[in-house]
Amino acid sequence: MRAPVTPVPLHPHPEVRAKRASKDGGEGTRQTTKRGPWQVALVLLAIALSALFLGVPLAVIFTYAFGSGIGVFWGQITEPSTLHAIWLTVLTAIVVVPVNMVFGICVAWLVTRFRFPGRRLLITFVEIPFSVSPIVAGVIYLFLYGSQGLLGPFLEAHDIRIMFTVPAIFLVSLFVTCPFVARELIPLMEVQGSDDEEAAISLGATGLQTFFYITLPNIKWALLYGAVLCNARVMGEFGATSIVSGAIRGKTNTLPLQVELLFNDYNTVGAFAAASTLAVIALLTLVLKYILERAVRQ
Amino acid sequence: MFSNPFTTRKSVLPGFGITMGVTLLYLVIIVALPLAAMVLKTASLGWAEFWSIVTSDRALSTYRITLGAAALATLINAGFGLLLAWVLVRYEFPGKRLIDGLVDLPFALPTAIAGLALVTVFSRNGWFGQYIEPMGIKIAYAPLGIAIAMAFTSAPFVIRTVQPVLEDLSDDVEQAAETLGARPWQIFRHVIWPMIFPAFLAGSALSFARSLGEFGAIVFISGNLPFKTEVTSLLVFIRLDEFDYPSAAALAMVMLIVAFLMLLTTNLIQAWQLRYAERS
Repeated sequence: MRAPVTPVPLHPHPEVRAKRASKDGGEGTRQTTKRGPWQVALVLLAIALSALFLGVPLAVIFTYAFGSGIGVFWGQITEPSTLHAIWLTVLTAIVVVPVNMVFGICVAWLVTRFRFPGRRLLITFVEIPFSVSPIVAGVIYLFLYGSQGLLGPFLEAHDIRIMFTVPAIFLVSLFVTCPFVARELIPLMEVQGSDDEEAAISLGATGLQTFFYITLPNIKWALLYGAVLCNARVMGEFGATSIVSGAIRGKTNTLPLQVELLFNDYNTVGAFAAASTLAVIALLTLVLKYILERAVRQ
Repeated sequence: MFSNPFTTRKSVLPGFGITMGVTLLYLVIIVALPLAAMVLKTASLGWAEFWSIVTSDRALSTYRITLGAAALATLINAGFGLLLAWVLVRYEFPGKRLIDGLVDLPFALPTAIAGLALVTVFSRNGWFGQYIEPMGIKIAYAPLGIAIAMAFTSAPFVIRTVQPVLEDLSDDVEQAAETLGARPWQIFRHVIWPMIFPAFLAGSALSFARSLGEFGAIVFISGNLPFKTEVTSLLVFIRLDEFDYPSAAALAMVMLIVAFLMLLTTNLIQAWQLRYAERS
């Protein structure tokens, strides 16, 4: 029995799924089961449970955020500490997402275009942050850069401060999002194979030309897809950032931390107003995901 | 640039050296070094101290609460996930695309926001709480709330692992079973279920693993009472807040070991699932 080449991706990329489906005649050939009382009951149950379990929590955020009127909402959002939290969250995404994209491309190129010992181990290693609790992610960074940590004495001697600063938020965000782009690119690039790229190289193209004219157009949607998921995770990270940032009001408070702070201050409207901005980002993520999946299929 | 010295089939493609260099450097700085720092910190405690921390009464009660709630959350998700995957693949109905999109909401929505929404919905005056609490069922600030928060944040796993397998099933076997006079339930039980089972198990394991480490959503809804609604991730956070670094390190180490065991388990299940898919 052949060992699996790559771990089965959680949600196989739509293009991979489309290719798999086309092998047995496309998705349209399946005979949908006939409609009977059982089927109707199952569909209704699924709709009801999704509405209660997924729809209601989403609805409650917007209801409470706008419940006291748009003016109050605006006042809460433009509160200086909330504005700063929004800025810091956006800044973190601007720094982390491109780095993760470059890393994802590197890993995917390495493990899909070359065969070497330890390849499987490397893929598993990239996936590790995905299985580690956000709290543990924060703790390991604390024990590296904190004053109690491995590099603590060295950093203090050179008067470098990383813990409880904005760079600590960047670092821990890089950790938690490590596999995001790679896991979208690896299965896709594995399926696509390297024939086109090998042809380009043998015709005299340089490595960079091959990448930008052959590889990138083939993976652009999957790359964007991974970036969108990565962005959602960066903006929403809570456990890990709450440990390494110190959650200093107006300094190192990201938006999710600001939501908790406002909630603990019994400022419900403020908490929901801040939360609604993240909920909008989540909805945008879902819409983009849908569009990208369609773009990939066509 | 040096070329790949290990490859059996000489690749004409460039970039082995640079991508290997960047990947290893990144993994060492971002993943390996911090992990090693915590392992070293824990090792410096010595076995006796480590053991007394991780088997203290308060720690043991957090394991019980975390495992119990995660098990319940996984059960909820197993049922909900199987139903949704089945309905989304097999039936056409209005709003199907909307629900298919909404399924990923728990992964797109920050966990803290999910926690805030859930505690508001289930608190005494909340949309659900006002009907549920008079019935004597307490969810917000109770163990049940932890399970619900875990179930919400890991809901997509079972659906998204079972769905593609269900889509790829070929009609032939089902039609054969139908021709031979099998009832719909028998077809599901004896034909479909064995084929989706590995994926279902993989999804459930992922859901369970994620629930064990969940923090953001739980902080809001659990009420954080020691011995009652305190999960392990929360106890780690509390120990850090008290500057009790040895305890935080030891407990985080336990979580890390469990996470690695779960990673191993899910990888084994997924490898099995892949072999299963290739055979059928």
